[in-house]
Amino acid sequence: MQDIYEWFRTLNETTGINLTIVHDAYDRRRMIEGFLNTIYLSAICLLFSIIIGVVGAWLQGSRLTWTRRLVNGYIQLFRNTPPLVQMYFFFFALGALMPRVENEWGIMEPILSNWHWAVISLSFFAGAFNVEIFRSGIEAVPRATVEAAEALGYTRLKAYRHVVLPLALRVCLPALNNNLVNLVKTTTLAYAIAVPEMLYVANQIWSDSLNVPEMMTFLLFAYVLLVGALVRVMNGWERAMRLPGFGT
Amino acid sequence: MATGKLMAAASAAALLLTAPAGAETLRDVLESGTLTVGVKADYKPYGFLDKAGNIVGIEPDLAQDAADVLGVELELVPVVASNRMQFLEQGKIDVMIATMTDTADRRDVVDILNPDYYSSGTNIMARKASGFEEWDDLDGAPVCGVQGAFYNRKTEEAFGAEIVGFTGTSEALNALAQGRCVAFVYDDSFLNSRLQEEQWADYEMPLETIDDAPWGMAVKTGEDAMGAFMSGMIVHWHTTGRITELERDYGIEPVPFTRRMHERFRAFVPGEKG
Repeated sequence: MQDIYEWFRTLNETTGINLTIVHDAYDRRRMIEGFLNTIYLSAICLLFSIIIGVVGAWLQGSRLTWTRRLVNGYIQLFRNTPPLVQMYFFFFALGALMPRVENEWGIMEPILSNWHWAVISLSFFAGAFNVEIFRSGIEAVPRATVEAAEALGYTRLKAYRHVVLPLALRVCLPALNNNLVNLVKTTTLAYAIAVPEMLYVANQIWSDSLNVPEMMTFLLFAYVLLVGALVRVMNGWERAMRLPGFGT
Repeated sequence: MATGKLMAAASAAALLLTAPAGAETLRDVLESGTLTVGVKADYKPYGFLDKAGNIVGIEPDLAQDAADVLGVELELVPVVASNRMQFLEQGKIDVMIATMTDTADRRDVVDILNPDYYSSGTNIMARKASGFEEWDDLDGAPVCGVQGAFYNRKTEEAFGAEIVGFTGTSEALNALAQGRCVAFVYDDSFLNSRLQEEQWADYEMPLETIDDAPWGMAVKTGEDAMGAFMSGMIVHWHTTGRITELERDYGIEPVPFTRRMHERFRAFVPGEKG
């Protein structure tokens, strides 16, 4: 390992390509943490946004007018506002109204941290799109199939779980993939509320070492890698779930 | 080569043309009876507007001292960082006293006077109740900062704090007020100016300022007589401790630089006491 670090230090001295994230122990540790934080933040938000999408799409088909209105209101609110604005609103406006607890420094701190707000904001943002994506899938399920399920004695919830959702999921997977890819990229916005993900760390490193082009390039490749891995997994899932003769 | 010669000739010609008219700011000031000084008007307590709309503060007071010594009227012109050097070059102001950090690049544009008159560095703003005394007290503590500031790394690496970096000062101050961090690490002159506000009455700047960079007064390039006079004034202020006195008058603790300069210059004057 030491040899690799040395090689990058020499690279800097000879060519001026300054990848401090390899040869500087402090920057290396920061960037590894930032990378893991991005993965962690993405994974949690992916999970929550899918749950929100599935539940929201089910509630959208509710017989209760107010439930449907509420879900639609949520979608309008989150789909029509920029995620950065939402992030600031949640952290600085709503965050200040939260109950406070005393921390170890004797300061009354609001109970939800910047991490919590980032997860909440990003999950609800992507979730709003997911609800609509799942709805498109649900609407593609033939009415006759749903009626058949009802004839067999399925309740609305059971029909949704066992018949409608599995079919809808297959229809909406490509659109869902798109939205989840977008979500991974949108996690960079968490830098605005000081969540130390990759962009935040890169920003601090290039301010310290003035190696902006190197860090920008690194960021680009890191996201290509991350999103590439996600797309691979999702495509594999899509293939595994393919029903011969359904949809295509 | 030809271009270089041409440029040299042109600048020499420019010097010849401007020298008779431009290099005599001091005489013009004495003749017209007005000294025009560019100061900040938005940086409490260095230069700010009082309730009546007058520009007051440490820098306007120093400008007044200079005008008094010359026996002329003082005219203050509010400047900002982006126009202060241009105002000097255009002759809109005779002297600039406007929280300007003394750098080599700027010395190429205007004449920055020796010695420097002030300096600012890194400090923290924290609740009085927190009782921080040394930088090492920040070990393990969440400290708000502004993304990209060079001292963030030092605060983390050397003192063990956990920097929570926001995109701007207002976000960081807001987070500090909300209790999301125990302190805000930033430029001490900025913190001084915030601490003057009612809203931050329960806060203080408890540590010794580190990494300070000097501030210089400036005159237009080539204005040697004016420069010499103002340099003399600066030495006089350091000798008498005038700047530390003004700092106390405006409710801030004298920064290490002004205390140090006062100590140093006081020793140069035989028989002069404190």
